[in-house]
Amino acid sequence: MLSSLFPNGIAPFAIGGSLMGLGVALLYVSTGRPGGVSTFFSSSWSWLLRTAFFRQASLVDSRNWRLIYTLGLILGGALYALLGLPMEASHIPAWKLAVGGLLIGFGARLGGGCTSGHGICGMASLSAGSLVMVVTFLGAGIVTAHLLRWLA
Amino acid sequence: MSAPRPVLDAAATLASGLLFGFGLAWSTMIRPESVLAFLTFDDLGLLFVLGCAVAINLVIYQLVPRWRRQTLLGTEFQQRPFELNGTAVVGGILFGIGWGLCGVCPGPALAGLGAGNGDLLVALAGIFAGALLHGLWEGRRAA
Repeated sequence: MLSSLFPNGIAPFAIGGSLMGLGVALLYVSTGRPGGVSTFFSSSWSWLLRTAFFRQASLVDSRNWRLIYTLGLILGGALYALLGLPMEASHIPAWKLAVGGLLIGFGARLGGGCTSGHGICGMASLSAGSLVMVVTFLGAGIVTAHLLRWLA
Repeated sequence: MSAPRPVLDAAATLASGLLFGFGLAWSTMIRPESVLAFLTFDDLGLLFVLGCAVAINLVIYQLVPRWRRQTLLGTEFQQRPFELNGTAVVGGILFGIGWGLCGVCPGPALAGLGAGNGDLLVALAGIFAGALLHGLWEGRRAA
């Protein structure tokens, strides 16, 4: 039963999740910032656009550290690959990545956060609102993935 | 917001992102197929990813601000600004549909790109476009 629910064991997941948690914890303990990722995709537009929304202080004031944090995320993945650690190739059709990305970007910003902001930082803050959001996007994700598999 | 120690602040922020991205790669979450396998219940390993990441930060977020008045770099501990309402729930549903469609979310898309999966540039372009549409739409709504 357990091996059919966890065909790849639990070690890579527990180790990876702990490393992720330590990254978010380091950011909070050293700078006091909750380490959500998705706001970066709004705050970066403030360099290009002059609309009131993109000029709001919460985006302009955080765009520098969010850019550095994002750079760190990319470098973290690059370091993993450079060390030659185990990794499998991915083959998701481009249209799914494009449409999915659009929904993810719009939805995460409308919903005030993504899997890192609500899922890790919000839950760690014992935010009831974040818990509702996690249940909402997890539910929508599970229904969508099952529906697509059933249609395929 | 000007940090009192900008170099240390930038170094800590970069190191935090690096650790987070490295962990995302280790957890296999940078591979969208791995996330989709979780959402279809074929491999529930991601429960341990979220569980371990939340458990560590539950302790940190709840205890550290009680022990210390300021962060290591002398700044304030910040609260996530969030108010739950119907609009936010719609956002969560849209996010979930996109997540279930392609198995990508913002953090893993960035770390996965770093690990060499160039396809994720398409997803990242989509996320940037989605965030842009959201900002323009919010602007019109406020006007």
